[in-house]
Amino acid sequence: MFYREAGDFKTSYAKDSQTFPIKFDRWRYYLVLAVAFLVIPFIINDYWANAVFLPFLIYAIAAIGLNILTGYAGQVSLGTGGFMAVGAYATYKLTTAFPDINIAIHIFLAGGITAAVVTLFGLPSLRIKGFYLAVATLAAQFFLVWLFNKVSWFYNYSASGQINMPEREVFGVLVTGPNTQAWATYLFCLVFVVFAGVVARNMTRGSLGRRWMSIRDMDIAAEIIGVNPLTAKLSAFAISGFFVGISGALFFSVYLGAVEVGEAFGINKSFLVLFMIIIGGLGSIFGSFAGAAFMVLLPVLLKNVLVGGMGWDTALAAHLEFVIVGALIIIFLIAEPHGLAQLWRVAKEKLRLWPFPH
Amino acid sequence: MTADFYYGIEVVLNGLMAGVLYALVALGFVLIFKASGIFNYAQGVMALFSALTLVGIMNGQIPFAHLINSIFGTHIHHFGWHVPAVLAILLTAGVMVLLAWCVQRFIFRHLVNQEPIILFMATIGLAYFMEGFGDLMWNSEIKKLDVGIPQGGSFWIEDMTSGLGGDAFYGFFIDQLDIVAAIVAIILVIILVAFSQYTKQGRAMRAVADDHQAALSVGISLNFIWVLVWSLAGFVALVAGIMWGAKSGVQFSLSLIALKALPVLMLGGFTSIPGAIVGGLIVGVGEKLFEFLIGAPFLGGATENWFAYMLALVFLVFRPQGLFGEKIIERV
Repeated sequence: MFYREAGDFKTSYAKDSQTFPIKFDRWRYYLVLAVAFLVIPFIINDYWANAVFLPFLIYAIAAIGLNILTGYAGQVSLGTGGFMAVGAYATYKLTTAFPDINIAIHIFLAGGITAAVVTLFGLPSLRIKGFYLAVATLAAQFFLVWLFNKVSWFYNYSASGQINMPEREVFGVLVTGPNTQAWATYLFCLVFVVFAGVVARNMTRGSLGRRWMSIRDMDIAAEIIGVNPLTAKLSAFAISGFFVGISGALFFSVYLGAVEVGEAFGINKSFLVLFMIIIGGLGSIFGSFAGAAFMVLLPVLLKNVLVGGMGWDTALAAHLEFVIVGALIIIFLIAEPHGLAQLWRVAKEKLRLWPFPH
Repeated sequence: MTADFYYGIEVVLNGLMAGVLYALVALGFVLIFKASGIFNYAQGVMALFSALTLVGIMNGQIPFAHLINSIFGTHIHHFGWHVPAVLAILLTAGVMVLLAWCVQRFIFRHLVNQEPIILFMATIGLAYFMEGFGDLMWNSEIKKLDVGIPQGGSFWIEDMTSGLGGDAFYGFFIDQLDIVAAIVAIILVIILVAFSQYTKQGRAMRAVADDHQAALSVGISLNFIWVLVWSLAGFVALVAGIMWGAKSGVQFSLSLIALKALPVLMLGGFTSIPGAIVGGLIVGVGEKLFEFLIGAPFLGGATENWFAYMLALVFLVFRPQGLFGEKIIERV
């Protein structure tokens, strides 16, 4: 009834191949963007920015990155935390070495550096597959965390071993450091998220995305029909690394401000992002957003209900969170292996006919 | 012979002992992987959970005491009795069998015929669940596990060998616990091999590992075999949990040994019990020697965190199926 394509005629190739071919979808997309850019910045406060919006936006970028690698190209990675750390430390080194250059450029450069590192760790994927590869990415995770802990050049020889983000401005507005305002950091991250979403969406529905998916579905068959596994796999690693690097850079510079590598970018971060894409939906950009939102909101919600509402211990609530997250992962894998994105697709199919049965 | 040379030997010996403990965890992985094709990431958490349960039963803790106190406002914590170690171990083994049944009944029965990577992710979910569940049940503080295994350096070996390297050398320092662990591991492997070779259930288990459908068609119950295999893996986890728990206390980091077992498996091959042992020994010796010769003097130490993975990674590039694994054949 509300959601249908009747009367929505495509009269050119450009219209036929646009990202959102259905008018209703398109308007919904514009509406979401309008609310995100024009409404939320005016009503956001520090609590909402720090507890919900910043982590959601930043994890969404990481989830898009991992989804490209795992959901689209089928290469399971357990090294996301370590790769995010590369982005964070690259930003730190760049911005302390060249303080006059705009921080946004540094973050993009950090993404590029991460892409190079991830590609390097992706090289074994040409020989090994499946969970062998997953374990190989664990090597990256542990090695990178160790490296950033031990080599003091990376944290500029500071005594604490931490990295601290100095204050940086974009267009005269502070976006990093302790004295930022909620709307500024929010908008800064939002721009990156929109960029990541648009780029990833268009890549994955183009020829590159098709090549990734053919590698995922069966790499030998893909090779036989003319997909080069070398370029397909390594491009997936590189592009995934680029997004994960940006996410790590934002996580450190805008969100946390000070980072101790083992704590912020440990193995748990890798699993968190992996859970996001499982729950959200493997092989779906919308799923990355949905999963990130879910995994960010769930602890906030549990904390508010259990600790705030019922006066429980924080430790107890944390344990219960583990149980719930683990159970949810299993339930999703059993009931809906394609995650929230698939639920959304099913809902859309239903809405097309509603309220008529056929 | 200089003292340095003997220190090197001591490092190798300690590496061997650590390797035995890695192999213990890796064994549990191999058992499940062979019989059901599931790569069980939760093996380490199973070790943690079994150790927690063992300590909880021995000390007479009330399960979920923390949770109950929070909901009902009571202040219960202990039953006030102490259970002897042997009985507690038996009870814990019972809990592990129950757990195996639950895992099979509620999770993997619904995931039959899914891709291996989906099953792997399900075990990650299971690991998270059990981690939280164990903490909820027995709370998360670090506990001491004492089932009467001797600990501390073995003076006997130290005295025997102190004469070897001149005045600067004081004899090999080997923890008694490690020696016990090595002996237990050897016994466990012998039992497992004997079980799978000479008993009816063991043969059925191997048949399932070989070909699910053929096993099903000659009347072997897949459900039963899978519960059996998960129970066996639970026992192995219990042994590993006891050894590691006695060594470094029962705490969260115990579950991280699962991660250490991964490179062991990759070296040894996922489907080979001897491979798990050899892989464990290689990783144990390799990381201790690397730390001793290169890590500590040149790289600033703590290389044990990643060395095993790097070793496995380099090794896999040359031999993707591991040392003893079956050759990987792919068809379109």
